[in-house]
Amino acid sequence: MKLTVNGKTVEAQAGETLLTVLRREGIHVPTLCHMEGMLPSGACRLCVVEVEGQANLVTSCSFPAADGMKVTTNSPRVINARKTVIELLLGTHPDDCLYCAKQPTCELSKLSADYGVRTRRFPAEKKKKPLDISSPSISRDPDKCILCGKCVRVCEEVQSVACIDFVRRGSESFIGCAFDSSLNVSSCINCGQCINVCPTGALTEKSDLEPVMDALADQDRFVVVQHAPSISVSLAEEFGLPAGTDVNGVMTAAMRKMGFKAVFDTSFSADLTIMEEASELAHRVKNGGVLPMFTSCSPGWIKFIETFYPDMLPHLSTCKSPQQMLGALVKAHYAKKKGINPGKIFSVSVMPCTAKKFEVTRPEMGRGGYADIDAVVTTREFAQLLRIYGIDLRTLQPEEPDLPFGDRSTAGKLFGASGGVMEAALRTAHFLLTGKELGNLKVEAVRGQAGVKEAKVKIGALEVGVAAVSGLGNARKLLEEIRDGRKDLHFIEVMTCPGGCINGGGQPIARNKAAVMERMRALYNIDASEKIRTSHANKAVQQLYADFLGKPLGEKSHHLLHTKYARRKAADVA
Amino acid sequence: MSAPSKVDEVLENYSFARRDKLIPILQDVQAADGYISKPAALKVAKHLGIPASKVYGVATFYNQFRFKPVGKYHILICRGTACHVKGSAGVLKMCEEVLGIKAGDTTRDRLFSIEVVACIGACGLAPVISVNGEFHAKLTPDKLRRLVDDIRKAEASNGSK
Repeated sequence: MKLTVNGKTVEAQAGETLLTVLRREGIHVPTLCHMEGMLPSGACRLCVVEVEGQANLVTSCSFPAADGMKVTTNSPRVINARKTVIELLLGTHPDDCLYCAKQPTCELSKLSADYGVRTRRFPAEKKKKPLDISSPSISRDPDKCILCGKCVRVCEEVQSVACIDFVRRGSESFIGCAFDSSLNVSSCINCGQCINVCPTGALTEKSDLEPVMDALADQDRFVVVQHAPSISVSLAEEFGLPAGTDVNGVMTAAMRKMGFKAVFDTSFSADLTIMEEASELAHRVKNGGVLPMFTSCSPGWIKFIETFYPDMLPHLSTCKSPQQMLGALVKAHYAKKKGINPGKIFSVSVMPCTAKKFEVTRPEMGRGGYADIDAVVTTREFAQLLRIYGIDLRTLQPEEPDLPFGDRSTAGKLFGASGGVMEAALRTAHFLLTGKELGNLKVEAVRGQAGVKEAKVKIGALEVGVAAVSGLGNARKLLEEIRDGRKDLHFIEVMTCPGGCINGGGQPIARNKAAVMERMRALYNIDASEKIRTSHANKAVQQLYADFLGKPLGEKSHHLLHTKYARRKAADVA
Repeated sequence: MSAPSKVDEVLENYSFARRDKLIPILQDVQAADGYISKPAALKVAKHLGIPASKVYGVATFYNQFRFKPVGKYHILICRGTACHVKGSAGVLKMCEEVLGIKAGDTTRDRLFSIEVVACIGACGLAPVISVNGEFHAKLTPDKLRRLVDDIRKAEASNGSK
């Protein structure tokens, strides 16, 4: 069908909204509440356009395109309405943009600049609700909230957690937890997806930069850092480089420049995780253990299952996450080897994730009075650290990470994308069970951004049913199927964030799915272009078993690399 | 503290209910318990398979739901048109001031609670309030303060006997 937009004839398909058509035509329509791939909500009223024959302006995000429709997107009436909406939103908004943690990615601030809002037209009374800084991962400032509802929707529709909702009505309404409880006692899983969709500074990560900078300045501390598999393919975007640029080597160099005494790669301990987890799977299969087994790398997922499905905890692998494995090894093994008092070590991890900030506070994640990891910073915080220290990635020469936790296989690197843990585990499980490598190593069926990916994989005579799910709404559906008796799956990878860590709650704020796809593609390119592609072929991992750990699932592994889980109470779950 | 919740009995009447029954259930729970307690709201959420945040969001949207038990003296303040014209806003303000609570709340000693109603249906007596069903007509902020003082005095002398 055909419609006219600003006097020009354009094509449209039945069922498309006006917003979809306009964007395809390259017409920028502002919106603060629209979420790609989800139903429209029409809450913010910024995407209004004029449609001939309609008495009022219509919200293009929720208005279906129709044959012969005449649309105007830039009439004075439209522009005036949009500007007024922005001015009304600013009426109660705090005036502290200079100090706001969301800058420079605040969408409200950008829009008001775009529309030339230069005076306060509606000086309304400011809201004065208390900050919620109770969570180790997420800070909430209700005064900066514009009630677009995106956090509520991502929490409920994508993650199926729904720990927040609209409370009260009209001018008194705000986003809050049930019974006005704080976030830390609610069922919030700390994933931070709400931060990534929030258009203002109402939701930000809890910053941990201060303790890191203090430690770096303290000559008495031995400060080490590790970076997660997805960091090197995401960080570039913070500095205006194209999405998916891999900056691994220069990032290592930058970390040394900042004063980190050792730079380790979490992909190394991802390989170690695979050795332990594949062995655990093989053990469960051979000995009639609880199946299907779930992966345990994603701390949001762990809190989710502890809160909502405690009866299914025996399905979880007992492996700690790669971050925690490396943290434990640094203080228990590396310290001894180097003759450093573990109490002097300050262990930092750079993660794509806000839930990791919660994970390190779990009491079981340490021994002898010190924590395995002392501070977690997100990709965004790390980029800020680079700016504070005045380091320009473009001027650095790539450097190699430190041994013994620097070498990785590409399998460990794949952990950064949904399906990557599964692919890495299948490569090693196949080798452990049959003594032979898995075909050409690639498991296409678990690649890509789909929320649910299933496959049947032949390991010798055994056919293994596997699934990789991301976004906990998808995980919940699968858990319900298993509760209802589904039996064809043996091994399930769960990542909390849609698409995996490359789309984590601590990642550069990308307002489109294409950037996330580029990060994923970068990981696949690394896997295609290097020689060591299986965790069991990682020489550093083999060495660690020979020197220290003994064998997978051995006694030392049991103490340092494995953990247990328990039912978790929340103020909003019966 | 307060009497055990009758939420289980209420939910028995809604065996196969879905989320569209949330409001009737909340009304029944409030009728049985006098308010919506946290444990009762959690049970309702579980029964309907919806998040507790949703139950709380819906319940706080409507003025009719309370989250604390009513006080020994439950004060209904009419904020209908006639009462408004005759100055009920000042009466409400005074009431909140002398009791130190907001409308919808209960004092910590559980003696008083305030509820705002849209119209009590006694416009001839405006501004009007009702205390435990007893009407007080043509109120002023001063009259209201005396009313509260009298109740407090009576309660104090009852307690000291």
